[in-house]
Amino acid sequence: MLARARDYADLYLVNAKTAIIGQFQYRLANLMFLVHLVIEPLIYLIVWTNVAEAQGGSVGGYTASTFAAYYIVWTLVRQFNLSLSPFSFEWRIKNGRLAGELLRPVHPIHYDLGFFLGIKVPYVVYWLPAGLILWLIFRPVIELTWWQVAAFPVALMLGFLVRFAMLWLLGLITFWTTRVSAIFDLFFTLELLLSGRLVPLELMPGWAQDIAAWLPFQWAFGFPIEVLIGRLAPDQIVRGFAIQVIWIAVSYTVIHLVWKRGIKHFTAVGG
Amino acid sequence: MLRGLKLFGLFARISTLNEMQYRANFFIQLLQSFISLGTGLAVLAVVFSYTDNLHGWSGGELLAVMGVHILMGGIMRTVIQPNMGRLMEDVQEGTLDYALTKPEDSQVMVSVRQFAIWAVVDVLMGIIVLVWALVSIGNRTTLASALLFVVAMFLGAVMIYCVFLMFTTLAFWFVRVWELMEMFQSLYQAGRWPVGIYPDWLRAGLTYLIPVAFAVTVPAEALTGRLTPQTILIAAAFTLVLMWVSRAVWKYGLRHYTSASS
Repeated sequence: MLARARDYADLYLVNAKTAIIGQFQYRLANLMFLVHLVIEPLIYLIVWTNVAEAQGGSVGGYTASTFAAYYIVWTLVRQFNLSLSPFSFEWRIKNGRLAGELLRPVHPIHYDLGFFLGIKVPYVVYWLPAGLILWLIFRPVIELTWWQVAAFPVALMLGFLVRFAMLWLLGLITFWTTRVSAIFDLFFTLELLLSGRLVPLELMPGWAQDIAAWLPFQWAFGFPIEVLIGRLAPDQIVRGFAIQVIWIAVSYTVIHLVWKRGIKHFTAVGG
Repeated sequence: MLRGLKLFGLFARISTLNEMQYRANFFIQLLQSFISLGTGLAVLAVVFSYTDNLHGWSGGELLAVMGVHILMGGIMRTVIQPNMGRLMEDVQEGTLDYALTKPEDSQVMVSVRQFAIWAVVDVLMGIIVLVWALVSIGNRTTLASALLFVVAMFLGAVMIYCVFLMFTTLAFWFVRVWELMEMFQSLYQAGRWPVGIYPDWLRAGLTYLIPVAFAVTVPAEALTGRLTPQTILIAAAFTLVLMWVSRAVWKYGLRHYTSASS
């Protein structure tokens, strides 16, 4: 049992290292990726700053500097919760790459998870200068308490695990149909609207917030942001952790079940 | 010029005939266009639940900006992006030789080979949204402003093409330019809002580095009676500059091109 755990740890470590070394090679690509990352929240931030100013300084309790804090932390959360895209999953199945991966003795999800845990290191390193520049331009206001600082990494990590599981599960649909891009698009649109990515969920209409409460999206995106910028009380944070853990448990159980059925369904294409 | 257009017509017909075999792609495109339209409308609805104007633009006027944005995006994805994507692939695979050895001008040749018929869905949807917006703000369109709009759209499309060509030409030096295209796409998203809302440094970038302002905001200004004669003159002059520069960059890139394989 202990030896097995050590094997898994080694596996994760090797995959993480490969990801780190691989990603640091592409400096120019990383730079452009950062522009790509920053421009989206920048647009939202400017639009909402305009709205806040037109409304005499604040919208729904958010001022220009709270919006700035929200969308700057947004960029870090976004960098951190990047996961295997279901489009890559589709590619892997269409190209028959999965056939080779199935021959390994370990479930493929471990390779992916190790890789995406490792890639956080270069992603966060490259994020630092971007975060700093945004900070200097937009002057956000965050009043930090020790428990916010302590809770943020936990919320961030659990959030990543929620999102990773959702996207992996989504990728599994490719076992049954290969016309998946429209389904993926629909998913990402729902995520955009109901996760806090587009706008803090508090600003969405009440009915949309009610729907969002029953979906996992906000626990991977809006929740960690709100933890750090101080929109939540300690008991709300603890409750959030619990919901994150529940979503993780549910989605990994579903992955386990779907995977077993899907693998029987799978026929390799190409080689 | 005329020969270029004829060539374009021919290639467009071939691409279309070819693509007609895969009709399911049409419905996928339609669905995707509807999803993105729905998202855009939802965003406008949320913003305008808190305010009734954004930097002097009303909700209906911003809907017009969105229509122009979808329309220009459709033009880009129908005729510009597919050609530039093919060009990039050709540079990577070393198959660009086949285009270069044709007797036609090389720049014309690489710019007219592809035509993505299904992206026309976005062109139509953009027009529908635009008409809907104009009706909702109480149609003030005169013949003059409609003409100005067409001119501004044309200039904007040419500018987008020139910048796209310059970016793609970088593929001669750096092979991985897909990230650059991604960046271009996300910067284009900034055009969903009138560039006036952005801080100066960003507005300058969106005007002269990536001409999103000229491609989307200016045509929308033409339709909502905001366009000054100076703006359209600057747009025309800047278009000429970009045409000249992109041509020079293309020629320069071509001199550096050595077939990569076989």
